[in-house]
Amino acid sequence: MTTATFVIVGAGQAGGWAAKTLRDQGFSGRIVLYGSEAHPPYERPPLSKGVIAGSTPLSETMLFTPAQLQADGIEFFPRRTVRGLKPEDRLIILDDGEAVSYDRALLCTGGRPLVPAFHGADSRDVFFLRTFDDAERLKDRLSRPRQKVVVIGAGWIGLEVAATARSLGNDVRIFEAANRVCARSVIPEVSPILAALHETQGVDIQVSSKVSSIEPLFSGGSTVRLSNGQEHYADVVVLGTGLVSNDGLAREAGLACDGGILVDTRCRTSDEHIFAAGDVTVIEYGHLGIRSRLESWQNAQDQGVAAARAMLDQEVSYQPVPLVWSEQYDAMIQLAGHAQLATHGVVRPLGDKSGLLAFGLDASGQVKMAVGINAGREYRVARRFVEGSISVDPHRLADPATLLSSLLAR
Amino acid sequence: MTMSNNEGWKRVALVKDISSDTGTLRVIVDDEAVCLYNVDGSICATQDKCPHGNASLADGYIENGTIECPLHQGVFDIRSGQPLCPPVTTAIKTYDVKVEDEAILIRPQAS
Repeated sequence: MTTATFVIVGAGQAGGWAAKTLRDQGFSGRIVLYGSEAHPPYERPPLSKGVIAGSTPLSETMLFTPAQLQADGIEFFPRRTVRGLKPEDRLIILDDGEAVSYDRALLCTGGRPLVPAFHGADSRDVFFLRTFDDAERLKDRLSRPRQKVVVIGAGWIGLEVAATARSLGNDVRIFEAANRVCARSVIPEVSPILAALHETQGVDIQVSSKVSSIEPLFSGGSTVRLSNGQEHYADVVVLGTGLVSNDGLAREAGLACDGGILVDTRCRTSDEHIFAAGDVTVIEYGHLGIRSRLESWQNAQDQGVAAARAMLDQEVSYQPVPLVWSEQYDAMIQLAGHAQLATHGVVRPLGDKSGLLAFGLDASGQVKMAVGINAGREYRVARRFVEGSISVDPHRLADPATLLSSLLAR
Repeated sequence: MTMSNNEGWKRVALVKDISSDTGTLRVIVDDEAVCLYNVDGSICATQDKCPHGNASLADGYIENGTIECPLHQGVFDIRSGQPLCPPVTTAIKTYDVKVEDEAILIRPQAS
């Protein structure tokens, strides 16, 4: 296999870790890494925090420098987008028409911001946040004094951008179409706690509020209209309305997709020579009866590593407990597990601290997800309940006087 | 030269100050945050700040002589400081440690 060529399509966090892992695991063939962006692989979490605040330069968020990639013999091509995939000929087609043959290919094409259907969603003062360049543009706007910022969508990106914009001294409003914040990712008990973090900082959050249009004004800024008739002026509008999987390449090539590229426990697609990792994939959890696309830093890294090992025919069974973290103001928020499997929630205050833990249990009383807010080491224990689907008495779980680890030992 | 400064050794804490619950203690030595560990009775010291994220290793989790960062689950060998799994790729600083009369003394390792 020494002359084999492995092509990685997409040079984000997943693609970067995959390339590095292939080499670290002793693969001596060609590793070719194509990225649409101008930058080498970097981590996206700082984009909504330090990068738009102006305190984190690109160098601090970079995973591997071009020099490190070169030292590992990884052929990295920035600003090269793969336009076509021909599984039957084992070829990828680049943006300029060049065809490159591969022995195995890894698709790490990620996702792109979902543009809502309302009028004006693509207008002048509306910003998205996915890439470093997106963040640079938003940073320039947020650096002006006291901007009126409207954030549409109270998911993680929306809340983090709101927190950063507020911390910079801007006026911030958030409109969320659902009836609570982070509705997809946390149990209902946690949503008001997250909303309160923002409200105490002076951010106005309105849930059950659908935006109907954004109208750019001649004098600068925009009018944001809600379907209930309200109108709000905004200097800057940020859309945090979700991510769409970049699975077009895979779909056109006939690979099985379901809102993302379907992969098995070996990160393999429906074509035996093609693997996929990161935000673009949908993981099949056979034993849980669910499919899930994990849009997380943790998955981008771990699945990139797992896919590389699978490409080298190592033993791989990638069925991760989803892990997410978020930083907003002084709050460190950590999540583990599948929120969609929980039917009811238990909130556990942490006696001596301001933090708390919340657990999502299923109908049988097994812990399926956990949320920690400034929970420190306690969260590490909480995660083990999720990893083991531990059955607990909800009353004891909620009682700060009951030692958490004592419930685990049972 | 004081006792605690002999040959670069600094007295930083007592063994009993290390939490028996967590096995860790964060101390500040010359403006540097240092994490002290009690690994099954053997005292060790490393830098406290995880080189990957802005996290305190003293809030981390000890297992089999390793420390797991509470933020991103990077793992280091406590004695050698070597990174053991992603996302951490660089070693953390370790210190020479000795215990005298239940007091912990540390000094920078000769590099």
